[in-house]
Amino acid sequence: MKTIEAIQEEIVEEFSLFEDWMQRYEHMIDLGKSLPLIKEEFKTDNYIIKGCQSKVWVHAALEDNKLNFTADSDAIITKGIIAILIRVFSAQHPKDILSANTDFIDQIGLKEHLSPTRANGLVSMIKQIKMYAVAFQTQLN
Amino acid sequence: MFDVNLLRKDFPILSREVNGQPLVYLDNAATSQTPKQVVEVISDYYYRYNANIHRGVHKLSQEATDAYEKARATIQKHFNAEHPYEIILTAGTTESINCVASGYASLLKKGDELLISALEHHSNIVPWQMLCEKTGAQLKVIPMTLQGTLDMEAFDALLNSKTQLVFVNHVSNALGTINPIQEIIEKSHAKGAKVLIDGAQASPHIKADVQALDVDYYVTSAHKLCGPTGVGMLYGKSELLNLLPAYQGGGEMIATVSFEKTTYAGLPHKFEAGTPNIAGGIAFGAALDYMNEIGFEAIAKYEAELLAYATTALEKIEGLKIYGEALKKTAVISFNVGSIHPYDIGSILDQMGIAVRTGHHCAQPIMDFYKIPGTVRASFSFYNTFEEIDLLEKGIRRAVAMLQ
Repeated sequence: MKTIEAIQEEIVEEFSLFEDWMQRYEHMIDLGKSLPLIKEEFKTDNYIIKGCQSKVWVHAALEDNKLNFTADSDAIITKGIIAILIRVFSAQHPKDILSANTDFIDQIGLKEHLSPTRANGLVSMIKQIKMYAVAFQTQLN
Repeated sequence: MFDVNLLRKDFPILSREVNGQPLVYLDNAATSQTPKQVVEVISDYYYRYNANIHRGVHKLSQEATDAYEKARATIQKHFNAEHPYEIILTAGTTESINCVASGYASLLKKGDELLISALEHHSNIVPWQMLCEKTGAQLKVIPMTLQGTLDMEAFDALLNSKTQLVFVNHVSNALGTINPIQEIIEKSHAKGAKVLIDGAQASPHIKADVQALDVDYYVTSAHKLCGPTGVGMLYGKSELLNLLPAYQGGGEMIATVSFEKTTYAGLPHKFEAGTPNIAGGIAFGAALDYMNEIGFEAIAKYEAELLAYATTALEKIEGLKIYGEALKKTAVISFNVGSIHPYDIGSILDQMGIAVRTGHHCAQPIMDFYKIPGTVRASFSFYNTFEEIDLLEKGIRRAVAMLQ
């Protein structure tokens, strides 16, 4: 299994091939299409991430000590963003998720989405993923 | 003579780049840009005569007081209030509304009714809900129509002798609808109700005459009309403001203070506790001077042309639906394209240097009415150009192609 860092490097490399923002956004939109979708029954307020202008639901389940995420959003770009995060953090041990940094987002030219005022709530998404990791880590202890 | 290219030179920000593209600023309903003339008034204040007002005997304090009170007179003249002391300088529209709402807490009783419109901004909903919780008064809502106008028949039916207060915005921030406030004021007065008009969205486009309207309270913010943020106005008829209890306690708003009893200062100081936003107040006056020099008639005429041009251009885009189709509206277009999320379109437009607003525009009840998560809102100002509308149209088409 690839480490979080390795996957992040892979994504940074992928994005470095693009020359302009349009290609980056198109790639992000494409990534959204491969997002492991959350089951319809989990699309409730319990799984929604607050602080986003669009709706984002994220679900996590522990399997063999690894966390697997599924998600969805009603906005295409947001779906791409959460797909990138899930690609990075899915099938990882909760403690690795907790210790991971997210500097790669800056490197793939999505820095503007990191601002806490940004309505897409990338910051809230990362926080939610880390919260899941905390919860499941406690369970493992 | 109205010359948009000449006027744009007053706004240095309009020539900057965003994401490598020339900025196209179409979020004017959120805040307008500030011309050099107004920025210079602010810096001049800090460079030359920064001092606390109304108390000092020294020269600087007198100059600052004179400038601040001159600004109040400019605002009074602009809105045609009868007296300068009917203009309370506040932190903005929201504070102005809260000032009135908190005052009515001691004037209302259980069973009283407040009428509010379905087109309100959250800032003209929440303070009244809080007031109702405190007093036991009931909040009734004037419904809206699909075109985004107020249902005036429903208004007539809702208005009755228990109605104490009516709140309506002059112009809807989410849709641009110009509401029939004259009719609302006349009918409300006939039933003995007082009326507060939220003029935040109207002020950059329409010169309101508070005496001709016979409105009881009219509120607005300077930053919507080329002034700075953090300053605004509460106009109230003096007899009403005198009845209203003070909003905040502090310095400046008192006549005498002892530990047994404090007596309050007269208008407007009763509502202006503490050191105000002095530079902001002075700049508010300068912003009105700036806009009046261009002339509100010229502004309205040009903005109507922009709106007509933009509406025609955008309607040609397949699947684009405009929300808010009132016959009388300001230069605002709220829209969605097909089932594309407004946030997606806004993000792509931002990459192209085009600033629009997306979301519910602090008017969630309107979005619930249309059963949509929000809209993309392009709002125009007198310094926008037809070329910028072409860029907007092109930008939307590109975004739609990427997102579909």
